[in-house]
Amino acid sequence: MYDEPPLLRAVELRKSFGGRQALRGVSLAAHAGELVACIGPNGAGKTTLLTILADVQAPDSGEVVTSGPVAWVPQQPALYGRLTVAENLRLFARLEDAEDVDGAVARMLAQTGLEDRAAEQVIRLSGGNRQRVNVAIGLLSSPAVLLLDEPSAALDPRQRARLWEFVGGLAGTGTSVVYSTHFVSEAERHATRVLVLADGHALFWGTPAELERLVATNGAGADDFEEAFVAFLEQHER
Amino acid sequence: MRAIRWLLVKDLRILWRSPVTTAVLVVYPVAVALLFGFALSRGSDKPTVALVDQVPPGEELTIGDQQLGDVVGRRELAKRVKVEDVSSRRKAERKVRDGDALAALIIPPDAVSKAESQLESSQVELLVNEEDPVKGQLVDDAIASVVAAENRRLSRALVRTNLRYLKLLLEGGRVSVLGNEFTVLGLRRIGEITRAARRALPRRSPVRLQLDRVIRFNQLALQNFGIGGKALSAVGEPIKVKKVVLSGTRVPLTSFAAALAVAVSLMFVTVLLAAGALALERTENTFARLVRGPVSRTGLLAEKVLLAGGVGVLVTLLMVFVLSAFVAVEWGRFELWLLVLVVGGAAFAAFGTALGTLAREVSAASLLAFAALLPLVFCALVPSGVVSPWLYDLTRAVSAVFPFKPALDAVQAAFYGDGDLPGPLFHLLGLGLAFALAARAGLRRFAF
Repeated sequence: MYDEPPLLRAVELRKSFGGRQALRGVSLAAHAGELVACIGPNGAGKTTLLTILADVQAPDSGEVVTSGPVAWVPQQPALYGRLTVAENLRLFARLEDAEDVDGAVARMLAQTGLEDRAAEQVIRLSGGNRQRVNVAIGLLSSPAVLLLDEPSAALDPRQRARLWEFVGGLAGTGTSVVYSTHFVSEAERHATRVLVLADGHALFWGTPAELERLVATNGAGADDFEEAFVAFLEQHER
Repeated sequence: MRAIRWLLVKDLRILWRSPVTTAVLVVYPVAVALLFGFALSRGSDKPTVALVDQVPPGEELTIGDQQLGDVVGRRELAKRVKVEDVSSRRKAERKVRDGDALAALIIPPDAVSKAESQLESSQVELLVNEEDPVKGQLVDDAIASVVAAENRRLSRALVRTNLRYLKLLLEGGRVSVLGNEFTVLGLRRIGEITRAARRALPRRSPVRLQLDRVIRFNQLALQNFGIGGKALSAVGEPIKVKKVVLSGTRVPLTSFAAALAVAVSLMFVTVLLAAGALALERTENTFARLVRGPVSRTGLLAEKVLLAGGVGVLVTLLMVFVLSAFVAVEWGRFELWLLVLVVGGAAFAAFGTALGTLAREVSAASLLAFAALLPLVFCALVPSGVVSPWLYDLTRAVSAVFPFKPALDAVQAAFYGDGDLPGPLFHLLGLGLAFALAARAGLRRFAF
């Protein structure tokens, strides 16, 4: 399917917190321009997986191989509320040693459509706009791989649509995007490949079409895809 | 270093845009300075005592031929307390009840005659308000020292008079009794006369034996009255106190209070800011974003220590400037102050960051800092002898592992030349390093 080697490859990742196993041998790969969705119920290990891929924490075993810079956008906006949108972007651009700080800030403001809110303190922004700034900071370093932890969780449907349009555009320019989400439909609609996690296990790794077929087989009689997916998870839990 | 610079600029900007925090950081030490300043300069360091003197006008205490003035010497009293004359006992009672006077001293009309009689003690009455134990102790100490001084004065006068009579008895001389002058022969002269008379008598005269007895008695009396004179001098002041300072030096109360205000302000501002600034990175979820790339954990810690220490030193200097309007400040020692404030600020900041790693939110970090700091101040100020020895040892041990006590010692040494400076400075450096290492260890689990 892909001729080039993946920009991000994780092999047999394992992680425990105390006696609880958060990841039990999870593997995945993301190629240039690919959108990889990581879905699963709460506590499945999605955030742990993304923080290990982002090198925020180390796995107990397994390895992560990357080609090029990796950006990480945490689930909760990681911004300074008392700074303006532009000041947040400028600070992180300086910390990332951007060559043209003002140019990078202007580019991100344009990409996120927040030029008219640039001088506003982040604390006064809506949840959706904060998330846009949060994503924009992740993109300041022009990463090869973008890791998004539940990027649409706090957004209304219109804001979600704008976000996916934006992310789709990034993938179109060759950025590899790995994201976690609660919304099964977002995986079905936007991802090129899907990883299903439950209780630290990788239950499925493949394309959305393959997942749809598997879910349809396991969740026969369900009204829609989401209901069939829940039936699929329950079946594995048993 | 560039990353630390940008983070510093960011934190200062956030601080500037948090008006309540900034106001507290600036207003708190200035308010402390004003409070201490007014308390030290405006308040009288002598308690006010109302005095009701019922002794008839013109009547003065006379012992022998010594005029001693009042029974309770007003000049002696004024050295220790501020005396306010009151005309009646009722008014004196009201002054004590209303808190206008700490106590009232009532001298009865017969005080002079009783003191002069040398047979009866003169009794003065002390009215106090014991509603406040500290106040009560203050009155007891002040009045007890005044009464002791007065007793000493009277006792010396009595001893001087009696010694003069004793000398007259020994050496002889002229004495005035009720306006008439008499000549007293004296034991020494009597001895000379009796010895001369004995030599003039025939060897076998029976009177000579009688005179020998008189001469022996006279010699015995001379020897014993001589010793008695010295004993009487000693009884006048049986115990003399020679004060020897074993540890610490005598520092004026105002200087100690000023040093305390400086150390407390530096500590609160620095520790609260360091703990809060570090916890803010967690509250804003920025910690993981910073340390996964552009800034190391140690770099972030160094930035918080620089921020809190720097702001703490500046604010404390402002406070000293305000305090200098009330208390004498030796500007010639400025380099030493700055050194102590910088080292103390760094130690407090390191302690603050260690506290900051324990809290997930700024408010929790501030609460934790307050809860930790108040007992530390208390422990550092407990003097020896007022609590049991094991409790005192415990407070000293607790004070030794936190920066407040060494900072207070260093401030006293730097500001007023009181005590050793290198010792507390090295102590602060050691504690700063230890808390920085503890904070660094705490940051390992900070992101999750």
